[in-house]
Amino acid sequence: MQMNAQQLMDAYQGMCTIREFEERVHKEFATGQIPGFVHLYAGEEASAVGVCMDLRPEDHIASTHRGHGHAIAKGCDVGAMMKEIFGRQGGLCKGKGGSMHIADIAKGMLGANGIVGGGPPLACGAALAAKVKGTQAVAVAFFGDGAFNQGTTLESMNFAAVYALPVLFVLEDNGYAESTASSWSIGGHNPVRRAEGFGLRGNRVDGHDFFAVYRAAKEALARMRAGGGPEFLHIEFTRYFGHFEGDQMTYRPPGEVKEERNYLDCLKFMRARLVSAGLVQPQVLDRIEAEAAALIEDAVGGARAAPPPDRADLLTDVYKTYPGALA
Amino acid sequence: MSIKSFRMALNEAMRQEMERDPTVIALGEDIAGGMGALGQQDAWGDVLGASKGLLGEFGRNRIFDTPISESAFIGAAAGAAVAGLRPIAQLMFVDFFGVCGDQIVNQMAKFRYMFGGKATTPVVVRTLFGAGTRAASQHSQCLYPIFTHIPGLKVVIPSSPYEAKGLMIQAIRDDDPVIFFEHKAMYDDVGEVPDEPYAIPFGQANLLRAGGSASIVATGRMVKHAMQAAAALEQAGMPCDVIDLRTTSPLDTNTILTSVAKTGRLVIVDEASPRCGLAADISAMVAQEAFGSLRAPIRMVTPPHTPVPFAPVLEDAYVPGPAQIEAAVRALLEPRK
Repeated sequence: MQMNAQQLMDAYQGMCTIREFEERVHKEFATGQIPGFVHLYAGEEASAVGVCMDLRPEDHIASTHRGHGHAIAKGCDVGAMMKEIFGRQGGLCKGKGGSMHIADIAKGMLGANGIVGGGPPLACGAALAAKVKGTQAVAVAFFGDGAFNQGTTLESMNFAAVYALPVLFVLEDNGYAESTASSWSIGGHNPVRRAEGFGLRGNRVDGHDFFAVYRAAKEALARMRAGGGPEFLHIEFTRYFGHFEGDQMTYRPPGEVKEERNYLDCLKFMRARLVSAGLVQPQVLDRIEAEAAALIEDAVGGARAAPPPDRADLLTDVYKTYPGALA
Repeated sequence: MSIKSFRMALNEAMRQEMERDPTVIALGEDIAGGMGALGQQDAWGDVLGASKGLLGEFGRNRIFDTPISESAFIGAAAGAAVAGLRPIAQLMFVDFFGVCGDQIVNQMAKFRYMFGGKATTPVVVRTLFGAGTRAASQHSQCLYPIFTHIPGLKVVIPSSPYEAKGLMIQAIRDDDPVIFFEHKAMYDDVGEVPDEPYAIPFGQANLLRAGGSASIVATGRMVKHAMQAAAALEQAGMPCDVIDLRTTSPLDTNTILTSVAKTGRLVIVDEASPRCGLAADISAMVAQEAFGSLRAPIRMVTPPHTPVPFAPVLEDAYVPGPAQIEAAVRALLEPRK
């Protein structure tokens, strides 16, 4: 696996941007600035960035309710995302989607999804479109350990296998489906074997290690582009925050997150690797971190300053509007 | 122009649109039939034969038989639509919508709005519906009110072979998700259907028959029954307006209100269950918008609030027919006691 210095810096920047974004949303939510539900991705950055690094603009991803990281990794505008989460004008979805529905079809981001297991069929559809059009495009279905027990996900793995659709099924196992431990809720206790049962090639990956994720995804995507059919990655890591913001996490052992943050954090891990191998100078990484912080500071400032949506926009975008015709 | 069956009209609509537009694909269970059984390709052409022959003409990169997994392939149709195709997905019987409801109700219906107008989802979900074929409770329902209730979906119910072709072509060309209801007891109905493609716009009801005594509003197979009742009523000196709604979303309220303003009497015929149904919806709309025009109470002619039974004598008692419609109109015209 070869990554040049620029790619390494891009990857680190992507992960820093997601971490800053999520830490900042966490703080803003606590002040009451953000309406509704928010589900944060902090701790899982290596997965989104590692999987999306080798995706192209024409490739599609379907995301989860914990979708900010995927959106950033697929190139969505961070300022517009923040406005969306604040429910303001200029939001990526005009303030109609919010955190749980962040999407940018033009970027191949088919949406965060408020429904656990809602995304895998959509990724199959995007892959089907690539097949019909004869492009080399692929699709990625990100889903959590809760969605891995949903029929939609299992049906989608079967459908993709039957038609050899280029879909990468990425199980992001952060240990808890809402409050329920994945170690308890996944029958058989072996996700890779479950995927293999549907005919998918599967791999288990340490989600704290960006390089492991990137290598596994890159190889899978290359096989898929060559017509190899769907693949599966089981990526394991820890969710730093609660299921939703405000969740007191009474179901987690005390100290679990602190331990992980100290010893297994994907950003710390990557920084140490880059520095110890002499691949990127510490000052450069410092600069990347500062840039990410400034970018998010800007995004929050922009979101706070943006006006709320126009009330007249309540009724637009329900249907495509045809000039001179009924809806 | 020639005489064609409802089934042939649908087949012709899909064939002509697939010829015209290479982004139109079709997918569903048994829509060709025989997939995987060597030498038996295109055995069924869907369960009632409407898509027969399409596999031979358009091949396996346009026609996709799917495993029996509605969530996967209805959702895939939604994803493919957002990614640039115009899929026609068949949900074999609308009764099965429960197994894939999320992909219809929460996904395809909401993409455009949730994504701030940036998603276009041109998917047609074809589905069979309706009682009268002894198919019992899990294969006979008329669930179009459920979809009419969901903003973002368009709901189409053709009443004849001519309507089936024109509305299907419009559905395929439409950029919004469309749920297309095909009454299984009408598949062998025949009528004049032009050979060339034509589209019937959505949201424009069809005034099939004019008369000042009462307004009869109906959809799907109930339009046939309403026309029979209206013929008998005209013989008896009570000519009626008969309105085929064609689409329940969008709903052409204007045609209904104009007719009620003329007749002052309204009978709504609906094959769906009465509670929170289409008939109740139109009743409320007319009561709110045209109460002053009404010279008699609104009448709803629907089945009773019960699952569809199996035994022929019970099912025949369940489905509204011309006699009930005629009786409802006569009741409105009788002097108030």
